[in-house]
Amino acid sequence: MERVPVRELDAKERIKSFNEVCLGYSEEEAIKEASRCLNCKSANCVKKCPVGIDIPKFIDHIKKGEFKEAAEVIFMYNNLPSICGRVCPQEIQCEGGCVLKNKGQAVAIGKLERFVGDYVLENNLDVVKRKPMNGKKVAVVGSGPAGLSCASTLATLGYQVTIYEALHEAGGVLVYGIPEFRLPKEKIVKREIENLIKLGVQIKTNVIVGRTVTINQLMDEMGYDAIFIGTGAGLPKFMGIKGENANGVFSANEFLTRANLMRAFLDEYDTPLKIGKKVAVVGGGNVAMDAARTAVRLGAEVHIVYRRTEEEMPARLEEIHHAKEEGVIFDILTNPVEILKDDKGWVKGMVLRKMELKDADETGRRTPVEIEGSDYTEEFDTVIMAIGTVPNPIITYTTNEIKINNRKCIIVEEETGETTMEGVYAGGDAVTGAATVILAMEAGKKAAYAIHKKCHPGEM
Amino acid sequence: MYKILKKKTLAENIIMFEVKAPMVAKSAKPGQFVIVRIDEKGERIPLTICDYDKDLGTVTIVFQVVGASTKKMSKLSEGEFLLDFAGPLGNPSEFVSLNTDELKKKKFLFVAGGVGTAPVYPQVKYLREKGIDCDVVIGTRNKDLVILKDEIEALGCRLYICTDDGSLGFKGRVTDFMKKLFDEGNSYDEVVAIGPMIMMKFVCLLTKEYNIKTTVSLNSIMVDGTGMCGACRVTVGGETKFTCTDGPEFDGHLVDFDEAINRQNMFKDEEVRRLHHSRECSCF
Repeated sequence: MERVPVRELDAKERIKSFNEVCLGYSEEEAIKEASRCLNCKSANCVKKCPVGIDIPKFIDHIKKGEFKEAAEVIFMYNNLPSICGRVCPQEIQCEGGCVLKNKGQAVAIGKLERFVGDYVLENNLDVVKRKPMNGKKVAVVGSGPAGLSCASTLATLGYQVTIYEALHEAGGVLVYGIPEFRLPKEKIVKREIENLIKLGVQIKTNVIVGRTVTINQLMDEMGYDAIFIGTGAGLPKFMGIKGENANGVFSANEFLTRANLMRAFLDEYDTPLKIGKKVAVVGGGNVAMDAARTAVRLGAEVHIVYRRTEEEMPARLEEIHHAKEEGVIFDILTNPVEILKDDKGWVKGMVLRKMELKDADETGRRTPVEIEGSDYTEEFDTVIMAIGTVPNPIITYTTNEIKINNRKCIIVEEETGETTMEGVYAGGDAVTGAATVILAMEAGKKAAYAIHKKCHPGEM
Repeated sequence: MYKILKKKTLAENIIMFEVKAPMVAKSAKPGQFVIVRIDEKGERIPLTICDYDKDLGTVTIVFQVVGASTKKMSKLSEGEFLLDFAGPLGNPSEFVSLNTDELKKKKFLFVAGGVGTAPVYPQVKYLREKGIDCDVVIGTRNKDLVILKDEIEALGCRLYICTDDGSLGFKGRVTDFMKKLFDEGNSYDEVVAIGPMIMMKFVCLLTKEYNIKTTVSLNSIMVDGTGMCGACRVTVGGETKFTCTDGPEFDGHLVDFDEAINRQNMFKDEEVRRLHHSRECSCF
């Protein structure tokens, strides 16, 4: 039986709006797709899931139309299935382990998870089991995937949790980074966060830990028993090439924050967003695809400029596929060497150099090498740099006890997530450098259990 | 929500708010800034801190009405609220890390341009409370635009006013007056200049001639103010820095002001204005 196709907005229509592209499964479609699962003994899908969700079990409930029971299974492992179902790279995780993958098409585990998550939100179900309050207080710094996951786990274990968020809205990268058309803010993110508040978690926005209040103050003056740092990797990298500070060169973070967090694409919002007729997005990751597809929706001709080939792109297949459907042009084996500006300091184009692939490096990706004498110039009005991010240094600047490595990532004990400062834990991109939503959520959850073990030894 | 406890018009289009924000007040130091958002649809506006009272839990900000957002903000009254008030952001002024003995060896000259007088005030106040010698020059177009004159005088420092039209104090630019000060034999260990980019640029050109260390506070365009967007990047000594996390104060002799001026004008473009009812928030 063929994988049940998921309904999507037509490419020609969807580029005119920021509405969600993927429409998800209906109940009938979900049951039909669930029935494809062979419930195999090996269950490689579970092994490849970073949080180890009992996938065959929740799928079995869907098969029988027991959606609430399916949710109860998922929520034992993951409190944010509507988000993970949308943004996890399932093709290399759960679905990558599915036996049906070799026979053609893996079970659409991600879409089924999303279906269950949305079912919970739409029907306002309470599927989380929680322990009575235990009188302990934990501060969580950052309200992105790591922080949300840590906070929700601790709340269900009976802790009084307060999340401190630097921006004016909770959600971290789920709000400022991932666009509306991939992860709806009102319908999904806000509601997931509201569910967290229902669990008793307090969220304080506009608090920049490290500036408004330090880690030491949280510990000593405000009496927290433990602290979790999930501040992500928010600092954009630039290439360091000539002309990069010209007007019209944005980091993907800036471009996406203006569009997503500040809703600059809506006329009634005050934040401006400048977009030309022809836009280059430099990079080949998910953030590059998000920036490119956002630029398409703002009416530009958009080029992805990437120094390797499509095969090496770190972006999810689905994102590359969607970007292409939406008319994004892929300029592969191409690397910018200079940004050209006009006499008013605005971008007018780039000098690009052709590349070729040589042998694989230690990460297994083939190394791009410049082709001499291949430079050419192409006109662009806007350049968006999407070549990665590094962790934010504000906390580690102001808290010497917390040590970082040479990649500016917080050093933690692998097992527990505890930093070099006692009682302070960290996880997610702040520790690993830019990675995925689900890995951050796993780290948040792991630290929550480590905190629990420390506060209540023997009670796991 | 952050309550506006006091509102005062300091000069035409220059307004002061005293805002209840105890956590910000408790941690604020001279040189730092806040990000303010008026309402749900508003942009994030960076504004330097003009004063703070840790006991009362208040922070004073001063802003100039230059665009749609600051205009909207100017219409708020005492008792009304700002939706968001995040800070303190950026690094405190360098001298905050020095002890009083080290500071006592120094003589500072502060040069404030227009609304730039507001961020100069807490720095002079901090130093004067420690008994450090400071001279202050305020430059504006005319006498009606001079702000915080009495407050700065009350700190017990020498205050000079320069106006373009000569309606108060010295007639001419601050750089002309500074040259006069230097040539009359006044010597300074450090100059701190805060005002329009173009003023800071020319102050730095002058102090370079006289070989006096000069610190400037940049009012770059920002979105988040925490290092995330990189909109505020500026070239300092050939390296790209972020005003929000590396600044806002930099060695003025190393700043590429021409690039900084270009970048500050990024959203003054006509096309963007039409789309987005104009924007401007250079209120440092």
